Amino acid sequence: MSTTTVAHHDDHAEHPTGIMRWLTTTNHKDIGTMYLTFSLIMFLVGGSMILAIRAELFQPGLQLLNPEFFNQLIGVHALIMIFAALMPAATGFANWMIPLQIGAPDMALPRLNNWGFWLLPPSAILLTLPFTLALFGIGDGALATGWTFYPPLSVQGGIGVDFAIFAVHLLGISSVLGSINIIVTLFNMRAPGMTLMKMPMFCWGWLITAFLLIATIPVLAGAVTMLLTDRHFGTHFFDAAGGGDPIMFQHLFWFFGHPEVYILLLPVWGFIPQILEAFSRKPMYGYKAQVYSLWAIGALAVVVWAHHFFTAGMPVPALLYFMYSTMAISLPLAVLFFCWIKTMWKGSMSFETPMLFAVGWIILFGIGGLTGLVLADVAADAQYHNSYFVVAHFHYTLFAGGIMGIMAGTYYWLPKMTGHMYNEKLGKLHFWLTAISFNMTFIPQFFLGLAGMPRRIPDYALQFAEFNMISTIAAFVLGLSQLIFVYNIVSCARGGKKATDQVWEGAKGLEWTLPSPPPYHSFTEQPVVK
Amino acid sequence: MQGFRKIVLGVSALLISLSARADYAWNFPEPVTPMALDTLHVHNKFMLISMAIFFVVLAIMIYSIFAHRKSKNFKPVADKAPSTATEIFWTLIPFVILLLIDFVIMGIPAYHSVVMMEDTRNEAKMVIKITGSQWRWQYEYLDGDAKGIKFVSNLSTPKVQTDKGYEGVKDEQYLLEVDNRLVLPVGEKVRILMTATDVLHNWWVPQFGSSRVAVPGFIRETWVQVDKAGTYRGQCKELCGKGHGYMPIVVDAVPMEEYKAWAVAKNAEMAKAAAGSDKEWTKDELVAEGKVVYEKNCAVCHQASGAGLPPAFPALTGSKITTSPIFGADGKYLKDGHLDRVLNGVRVMPAWKALLNDTEIAAVITYERNGLGNSVGDVLQPSQVKAARQ
Repeated sequence: MSTTTVAHHDDHAEHPTGIMRWLTTTNHKDIGTMYLTFSLIMFLVGGSMILAIRAELFQPGLQLLNPEFFNQLIGVHALIMIFAALMPAATGFANWMIPLQIGAPDMALPRLNNWGFWLLPPSAILLTLPFTLALFGIGDGALATGWTFYPPLSVQGGIGVDFAIFAVHLLGISSVLGSINIIVTLFNMRAPGMTLMKMPMFCWGWLITAFLLIATIPVLAGAVTMLLTDRHFGTHFFDAAGGGDPIMFQHLFWFFGHPEVYILLLPVWGFIPQILEAFSRKPMYGYKAQVYSLWAIGALAVVVWAHHFFTAGMPVPALLYFMYSTMAISLPLAVLFFCWIKTMWKGSMSFETPMLFAVGWIILFGIGGLTGLVLADVAADAQYHNSYFVVAHFHYTLFAGGIMGIMAGTYYWLPKMTGHMYNEKLGKLHFWLTAISFNMTFIPQFFLGLAGMPRRIPDYALQFAEFNMISTIAAFVLGLSQLIFVYNIVSCARGGKKATDQVWEGAKGLEWTLPSPPPYHSFTEQPVVK
Repeated sequence: MQGFRKIVLGVSALLISLSARADYAWNFPEPVTPMALDTLHVHNKFMLISMAIFFVVLAIMIYSIFAHRKSKNFKPVADKAPSTATEIFWTLIPFVILLLIDFVIMGIPAYHSVVMMEDTRNEAKMVIKITGSQWRWQYEYLDGDAKGIKFVSNLSTPKVQTDKGYEGVKDEQYLLEVDNRLVLPVGEKVRILMTATDVLHNWWVPQFGSSRVAVPGFIRETWVQVDKAGTYRGQCKELCGKGHGYMPIVVDAVPMEEYKAWAVAKNAEMAKAAAGSDKEWTKDELVAEGKVVYEKNCAVCHQASGAGLPPAFPALTGSKITTSPIFGADGKYLKDGHLDRVLNGVRVMPAWKALLNDTEIAAVITYERNGLGNSVGDVLQPSQVKAARQ
């Protein structure tokens, strides 16, 4: 009797079943799964919002939405995609893979991990609840200022702004908790012999992300709290009549907002090289150079914020400083691109879905990066700023660079997580549909921006009609293609061909030494890294 | 073979006719100011360099993708544990190329552009002030021949066309036409002072290459020098609420003599309008004039019927403000009364005293009290508005 109890106690594999398993879990894989599932659901929610917008923009004139509702959709779409789809997806992978990659049994702070996740669903509800309340005549809908909350418009706005402020507070706490957990785990729980400079690249990407989050999220929380007191408690932080300055909010917001771009991208820059080395069957090129570049980008991220509002007016030396420092980001980024391509060079490549996404990702993210370089030019930025050119640019970085990267990671690790192979044919179909329709959606938007179409307008002049029509049609193809992705994930979780432990012939790292799926507690005995 | 050629010819004819018919634009519109010209040059140069980098790298990748495949039995050639020197060398090559592109080829012209863009004062021949409000622009000439001229510029696309569900023919300049255009002389450097009354706006005419945020409570500066006569159109470029897509900019650039003649005519027109405030108006005249003013300025929020869009924009029909007395017993207008609200605004409601003249304010208040389903019966004279402003 007592021996069985001891044995039972040793493997810790018992857990409550049903809903209580998920509510109370402190297991990194369960929490990772919840993050990833939440992210996928919110990706579909945010995607449906933008399809409503694209449908309205199909042709000139107002057909479906009125301008107030249009403005609410654009802001909530962005907040959901950034905070509820992309960030949780990266955190989900971190939860699942960091312990596996460093040979640890679990994350360092499991209860905090649980809380970090369970803050997310309430904040998603806070973001979207005002839509529902408006249907019952309470308030006038969700945040209608765009995701950037610029005052005085946000001071003028309805209860949707307050809801969004509290949602951002919760999301921020969740991110900071997740970051603390990741830093503590990476610093304390690496397998014997795994020095920092032997850590898998994904862990490096996340380590820097975590520091960026801890550095910048409090600034965002402070800024939106100042906004809240301006709205309700008579302060004048952003009101010139009381000695404040609306542009100060933009400085505070983008001090968070620019690093946020790298917060979304650094985890992806971490695992893409791992995918490239796996499918090129050759070790990744320039590990050290990549690590230093990630640090350089992390450091530059916090000193370039004002390039997001050059047209708001600032002194010439400030304009020049922010222009040149922004251009400097291209240096470490170019090193990364060089290393990624050199990893492929003279490898023995095969093109399963993760590799297709990774290679497509390099090309499309390259377009996002290069157009970003042009945007740094202050004079030209006067034309690009707030036009559709910018919309196209940041979708190349955030959809191609962010979401398509996450998709590569999903296909790469899904067999490890579920123990089954996904449907390769559907995966490839998903890639090609996504890549083609994504380009067809956003290339026309570059031209729209150059021709002079401002973003965030519900209706437009006749000269913009053709490109908008192409963009809308492609956006619907892009949206519907994602259903293949969902189907593929769900059917892979439910069954399919058994995956081997190694899964991919060339995959490297400790996660591939465990069975697929890995046991409930990953490494009960620490592996030794030579 | 014959059939195949026919198909190719047919498809290419179709493609050509499609692209000829459609109004595609592939780059910035024709620049008409030194700044826009400079921007276009910078943009073209950056784009060529970017595309060159992109396609060279893409070509290398594509070569690798086709040559270094497992299916072609290509055996991986391990990067021979690169000596630190080699690694540094290969890292430095892209580094140096980029350093050159960023800070020399692109950076030096960019520096000159910024300095030119921010030099609003040197050689400026005249100054105008542009004020953004939800959702219209106000223009004021501060010196020169047109000194003192100020007017509001509203969207003039018929409301029926911008309504939801309209399926008829749209104007050629749909959403890009205004009632009062800004008139500027050709070839003169015009310094622009920019501000706003409520939220952020951004005055942007793509062919001018200048765009600056209008910040309430602050003055921002930019400049234009239109070198070619013509009509130029633009839009507000900073999200400013539900009417953001409906506050266009139209600028007529005309030769100097024409500009001077316009200034004389506009001055006379404004003097005539000011004289109107001394005249006694009848109720019908005021209601008729007020309906025009209302539909141009107020209907966007309070709706043409007066029903408003609660809770953000209250109804005027039967509201307390439009049906209670304007003046108190002491003859002064009541705080939070109808005239107070129109003159000074509150929260989202703009202060109209800077935007409308005495006659327009008197007319619109009289219309709101005797139209839109209200019938208070009283009349507000322009002279009373003039007195209230003192």
